[in-house]
Amino acid sequence: MKKYTVETPEKTARIDLLKQALFDARPQIESDRAVLLTQSYMETEGEPMVIRRAKAFKNICENLPVTIRDNELIVGSSTVASKSCQIFPEFSFDWVEKEFDTLATRSADPFYISEETKKTLSQVFKYWKGKTTSELATSYMSAETITAIEHNIFTPGNYFYNGVGHVCVHYDKVLALGYNGIIAEAEKELEKINVGDADYVTKSAFLEATIMSCRAAITYANRYAKLALDMAEKESDDKRKKELLRIALNCSKVPANPAENFYEACQSFWFVQLLLQTESNGHSISPGRFDQYMYPYYEMDKKSPDFDKTFAQELIDCLWIKFNDISKVRDDASAQGFAGYGTFQNLIAGGQTIDGEDATNDLSFMTIAATMHVLLPQPSFSVRVWNKTPHEFLVKAAELTRTGVGLPAYYNDEVIIPSLVSRGLTMQDARDYNIIGCVEPQKSGKTWGWHDAAFFNMCRPLELVFSSGIDNGKQISVKTKKVEDMTSFEEFYDAYKQHMDYMIGLMVNSNNAIDVAHAERCPLPFLASMIDDCIKRGKTPEQGGAVYNFSGPQGFGIANMADSLYAIRKLVFEEKKFTLSELKEALANNYGKADYSELVAKVVKELQNSGVTVGEKEIEAITKEIVEKGNSSRYAEIREMILDVAKFGNDIEDIDALARDVAYTYTKPLEKYKNPRGGMFQAGLYPVSANVPLGAQTGATPDGRYAYTPVADGVSPSAGRDVHGPTASANSVSKLDHGIASNGTLFNMKFHPSALEGTSGIESFIALIRGYFDQKGSHVQFNVVSRETLRDAQAHPEKYQGLVVRVAGYSALFTTLSKSLQDDIINRTEQGMF
Amino acid sequence: MGISDDLKVKGRIFDIQQFSTHDGPGIRTIVFLKGCLLRCRWCCNPESQEYKIQTMVKNGRTETIGKDVTVEEVFETIQRDRIFYRRSGGGLTLSGGETLCQADFALALLRVCKEHGINTAIETTLCVPFDMIEPLIPYIDTFLVDIKHMNSSKHEEFTTMKNELILQNARKVAALAKRFVVRVPVIPGFNDTAEEIRDIAQFAKSLDGVKELNLLPYHRLGYDKYVGLGREYKMGDVPSPSKEKMFELKSVAEESGLKVIIGG
Repeated sequence: MKKYTVETPEKTARIDLLKQALFDARPQIESDRAVLLTQSYMETEGEPMVIRRAKAFKNICENLPVTIRDNELIVGSSTVASKSCQIFPEFSFDWVEKEFDTLATRSADPFYISEETKKTLSQVFKYWKGKTTSELATSYMSAETITAIEHNIFTPGNYFYNGVGHVCVHYDKVLALGYNGIIAEAEKELEKINVGDADYVTKSAFLEATIMSCRAAITYANRYAKLALDMAEKESDDKRKKELLRIALNCSKVPANPAENFYEACQSFWFVQLLLQTESNGHSISPGRFDQYMYPYYEMDKKSPDFDKTFAQELIDCLWIKFNDISKVRDDASAQGFAGYGTFQNLIAGGQTIDGEDATNDLSFMTIAATMHVLLPQPSFSVRVWNKTPHEFLVKAAELTRTGVGLPAYYNDEVIIPSLVSRGLTMQDARDYNIIGCVEPQKSGKTWGWHDAAFFNMCRPLELVFSSGIDNGKQISVKTKKVEDMTSFEEFYDAYKQHMDYMIGLMVNSNNAIDVAHAERCPLPFLASMIDDCIKRGKTPEQGGAVYNFSGPQGFGIANMADSLYAIRKLVFEEKKFTLSELKEALANNYGKADYSELVAKVVKELQNSGVTVGEKEIEAITKEIVEKGNSSRYAEIREMILDVAKFGNDIEDIDALARDVAYTYTKPLEKYKNPRGGMFQAGLYPVSANVPLGAQTGATPDGRYAYTPVADGVSPSAGRDVHGPTASANSVSKLDHGIASNGTLFNMKFHPSALEGTSGIESFIALIRGYFDQKGSHVQFNVVSRETLRDAQAHPEKYQGLVVRVAGYSALFTTLSKSLQDDIINRTEQGMF
Repeated sequence: MGISDDLKVKGRIFDIQQFSTHDGPGIRTIVFLKGCLLRCRWCCNPESQEYKIQTMVKNGRTETIGKDVTVEEVFETIQRDRIFYRRSGGGLTLSGGETLCQADFALALLRVCKEHGINTAIETTLCVPFDMIEPLIPYIDTFLVDIKHMNSSKHEEFTTMKNELILQNARKVAALAKRFVVRVPVIPGFNDTAEEIRDIAQFAKSLDGVKELNLLPYHRLGYDKYVGLGREYKMGDVPSPSKEKMFELKSVAEESGLKVIIGG
């Protein structure tokens, strides 16, 4: 018998009110957490780090302001103001201070910060000098690694400056046992160990810290219970009074104790979700398979005669609003890379059970409905698709896609499950996977996956081939043969691989340095209480407590690399249209595309370098030389020839095969490496939105791409280069080996709304996804908006405050994105159908 | 004639479009054949009309329109999307121009597709002698047949050809076809009145086995092509029919008892 009904209840008026309140809020920075944390740290100098972390967490849980917002049914906010954020100086703080005055005005993700908060934070930051994970990590890195980072070959910025996050914990365990149950488990473990055991000192400290953290979580919930009671007393509206009393009851019961109905389960869930993001600022705290672990509580209610499905839906909708109330401030460069205030709380519906049966249930449909009701970027909503996924489930998902909210992202069980098994997961664990953050699969409650470990720009090593490893005058990589002396494509490609291998090694070094720094300075005992086998092993996840350990840095620029290498093979070596040295010159001169400001900059630089006295004559001479060089029709001619050859994304065997091989130059060498937790490195192929800012650090490439423009996103073809429609594009992308990129791949398609009109539009759309997945594509996501709509939104942001677009592994409000990222989204090939 | 002979048959096409979802069921690949017998004023593919290879200016670049290809070459592209056809019930659609102007090529291509289990459809106005059409019928899953007007002289005025042969063929083919859909381009000033649409719908209803009728609203997307070919755009600045108008005509057509869809 079917376990679900397709129909879902309507949205209630409350949801619109909650949503409007979010829109009315101005994101700001609050200092309470930083103050409480620092206060505690100052009092615990010299104690074991894990205990210090627990005590700091306790201080925060006991004193962080508690707030219940109007109309809320699910409570718990880490900031007084909506959509705001706390500061986490233990990871890094320099940038916050440096950017104090630009935070409110910057283009990507601005945050208001009051003068008073600035003053308070400045005071707090004094303590942290020399004590952050970031500083420790830097001191662990090799000099070559730091050079490579400075030269923008890769950036490990995510965990370098922030908490790790990127995890899905055992929500089910908290729901079923409550923190009291988990405390009992830890106490039992504490009883088992002997004072003379080799690991007694670390294990006992860890267990005490975990117990203290769980108790702190209970205290925090009790403070909400009290606040709700106080508010209820003062409340004149009877209906709201009753609601507040119920909230008080819930918070006094969960998460301390097992949840016994769906409402309690939702509240308990939210405390877990919120507190994980209070203990650390690691983003991508992903709820995972919400429709599965919440189902038993929903089912309990469903069996009761007074079951109210509309209320159950309303609770889910309320949670969806809460996901958007949490925010995160990043340094300016990272904010561009993760634009849209993203917290990447990835929640996934559908898929299969651990026994390989279809898992679709009522909640799977209700999570789609909730996303439809709130139409906001969080949670990053995903669906799992496999051969037995019910068609009607995909129809509902497609209807959600049609709204243009950029959700859901679609994931293919048929690729991801075997891929995870190949990485050592048991079949049952692999079947139970969920997605973290953007596109990264893991088994919840057992994994410390380090999924978003670095961005590796695959175009930069190509530049190093042309310079024999020299960048900005410095030898930063291996010294490969001069391109002028290369006589075959193989020789060229081999040089590329040498630079790749070398740089991948350095990237691993950077990741491992950061990994160790987190283990030493920021172990997370609260998080550890919800990850197997931390309690048994007596270690936090950072220290190797998790069952599955990975590091997953992602490479990007596959399409640019495939197009570049193909053009070189064909035009330089096969057809001999131009030489590598001609190409080198054309690239150095950005294909002759000189604009005025670049010209001035070049003149100034030339003059500075030559040390001549600046006179009219000298300027004229240099300008003339540059203009002549720049205007050389030969450069433009070379670019024209390049543009005329085949490009990735058009289902052309030759070049698609090369793309597959190019991806291996990143994914294969990486597999050899291990992290300090004993886990392996696994590649992802996706750039979040970093293809724009990191493209801005990349010179012209041999695929005809001009310098400093965005590189291709994810495994998608270069913007505008796929000209044969979505099936051709999907066919090409599916020829990559998605299985080896077990940290996830990202394929972006953008549709005009007309593409999904009517039943036939939806059916074709589903067939497109199914067809791509039949060919072993792993992930696909869609933007359904017209180019005109986006242009209009750029011109009149005020009219489009609710316009959500899919940026990369997540959705964001279009108007909050920087102009250049907006342009990039507009320029991605629009797949219309007429 | 075997499949290896079919693969060698040559034809002249001017475009192949993948992922089309409006001309036949599911996700389809449309092969556009060059050459047409009619010269409809509203034609959105004016580059399809001449059989001869032409040049057209597109986005400032001069392009050659028309290419001689073998069935094998075309089939290579068609078969790329087989997975998507299987998932959607889609396949090949032959369009033009008038497909039947190259009946041998069409027949060979259709036969190769059926051999490979690919669904087939054809867009045509059936304006050639019936004995040229007859051999193709067993290899076509869906006929999409343009019926533009019931009045022969008005038909001639706007398309340069009378309609008697078209209507006769429609009757014969409908009786033999697996599925036969009547398509009516709704052209302002030509056939956009209730009476004209009603007449066409009545005729369609009278055809053996016909159950569906599509109303295709006139659009101006072909305008740039006329400019690119250095030709006059005879429709001037006539706007597309409004949504309301289309819905009005839809209910008129529905009086016949046929299933009517706006668009294809």
